[in-house]
Amino acid sequence: MKVLVAVKRVVDYNVKVRVKADSSGVDLANVKMSMNPFCEIAVEEAVRLKEKGVASEIVVVTIGPATAQEQLRTALALGADRAILVESADELNSLAVAKLLKAVVDKEQPQLVIMGKQAIDSDNNQTGQMLGALTGFGQGTFASKVEVAGDKVNVTREIDGGLQTVALSLPAIVTTDLRLNEPRYASLPNIMKAKKKPLETVTPSDLGVSTASTVKTLKVEAPATRSAGIKVKSVAELVEKLKNEAKVI
Amino acid sequence: MTILVIAEHTNSALAAATLNTVAAAAKIGGDIHVLVAGANAGAAAEAAAKIAGVAKVLVADDAAFAHQLPENVAPLVAELGKGYSHILAAATSNGKNILPRVAAALDVDQISEIIAVESADTFKRPIYAGNAIATVQSSAAVKVITVRATGFDPVAAEGGSAAVEAVGGAADAGKSAFVGEELAKSDRPELTAAKIVVSGGRGMQNGDNFKHLYALADKLGAAVGASRAAVDAGFVPNDMQVGQTGKIVAPQLYIAVGISGAIQHLAGMKDSKVIVAINKDEEAPIFQVADYGLVADLFEAVPELEKLV
Repeated sequence: MKVLVAVKRVVDYNVKVRVKADSSGVDLANVKMSMNPFCEIAVEEAVRLKEKGVASEIVVVTIGPATAQEQLRTALALGADRAILVESADELNSLAVAKLLKAVVDKEQPQLVIMGKQAIDSDNNQTGQMLGALTGFGQGTFASKVEVAGDKVNVTREIDGGLQTVALSLPAIVTTDLRLNEPRYASLPNIMKAKKKPLETVTPSDLGVSTASTVKTLKVEAPATRSAGIKVKSVAELVEKLKNEAKVI
Repeated sequence: MTILVIAEHTNSALAAATLNTVAAAAKIGGDIHVLVAGANAGAAAEAAAKIAGVAKVLVADDAAFAHQLPENVAPLVAELGKGYSHILAAATSNGKNILPRVAAALDVDQISEIIAVESADTFKRPIYAGNAIATVQSSAAVKVITVRATGFDPVAAEGGSAAVEAVGGAADAGKSAFVGEELAKSDRPELTAAKIVVSGGRGMQNGDNFKHLYALADKLGAAVGASRAAVDAGFVPNDMQVGQTGKIVAPQLYIAVGISGAIQHLAGMKDSKVIVAINKDEEAPIFQVADYGLVADLFEAVPELEKLV
């Protein structure tokens, strides 16, 4: 079974981002970039499926600038077999990304597509579901457990009140949540080997996809800050303040 | 301009988040219709018809909609939604699951988790885990939007008398089936709807120690949450997680116990009206957002607090 994994290059999750003074966006100059944490979990899940003998080939794809090759090489070092970069310098919305992924799915014909539930930059949580609509595949979003059985995949999902399990006909799409697995680190020999694995570059126009968007960002601002309050000396003082000053209990 | 709000419900009852979503629709302006897609969802539809400001309730009742499977519900919403100016759903696990599938079916972008309405086409939403707020404008013919409940005060659940209309539509797409669910059972209020939330972090040391928080919560009528650190350490289940990737809460009072205050956690609770932090580390970042900070050993402070409230 072929597995397609989609990943995104984002600001490293340890970086404290700052809004630009002209409110045009977030300052990304000289900031460390990494693979989106949810995408790392997607790569790990695909590699585990291959180790179990369920997956036969793992193709990793990203849509982004030329520098996103770094994240593809990381995925190759973790165990993906080959990589596709859909090169676009523009920041694309989820629908455009889903359309590009649909074109890749049509070409590659995977049985399973695994991707992160959301990217930690735009926080959209849309692309997997949109790809589901465009391909007609079933979707198991926010997955904490994935079990392939015959021509179906059982996905346990993290929902508001607990967990839900659905059975999807293959081909299907899975989006990962935090507790699906703990991603491994790439070993040095694997990082060296990954440099020799195939990496193909295509453009949106090669795939015949228009990336026009109906949403534009007018401005980006820092959130309202909350100032620190006071330190109380005892539990009794805390209770007194909550009752008489804040009046919340 | 007519807005379609997708109801969040359990078939037998309407979820509170629907009221916040209707509030966002009211800010946009125009007639508001509510779609209840479910199975034997008459009770939820009746409740939806009573919501203040709702003009019409559409009910799609079919076994295929019983568990809100997006493969079945999204085509229905996309078909019904074509004639509307906006389609809104709460940014709950159902809303997030279904609505992007609707947007793509309609070939429009989606705007996720709005926290404010600037005008009928312009909205504010958090990005980078709430470290920045983007103002975005949509030129889409149908604007497909999920609504973060904490950004909008709920409308009244009573007072309306909307007409209820049955609608048909797509049924089982045959792509997916519901297998089962494990829902946490609790007599305490739901996290996102509670007026008071007591949350524990890594400082709780183990799951058993959460009993101190449950005791305090029961005295206050509060819900109990946890930081990602406490969930990842296996102290408590994931549905208790408050934070960017968990639940977003904005209660009247948020009591953070043994929580250091990682950005990830702050993103999920910083809109609370009053924040109390109890932590033995006086340098913990949680104190920078707390209205009242108490530097103390939580195993002494929490039982004492329980006695005094």
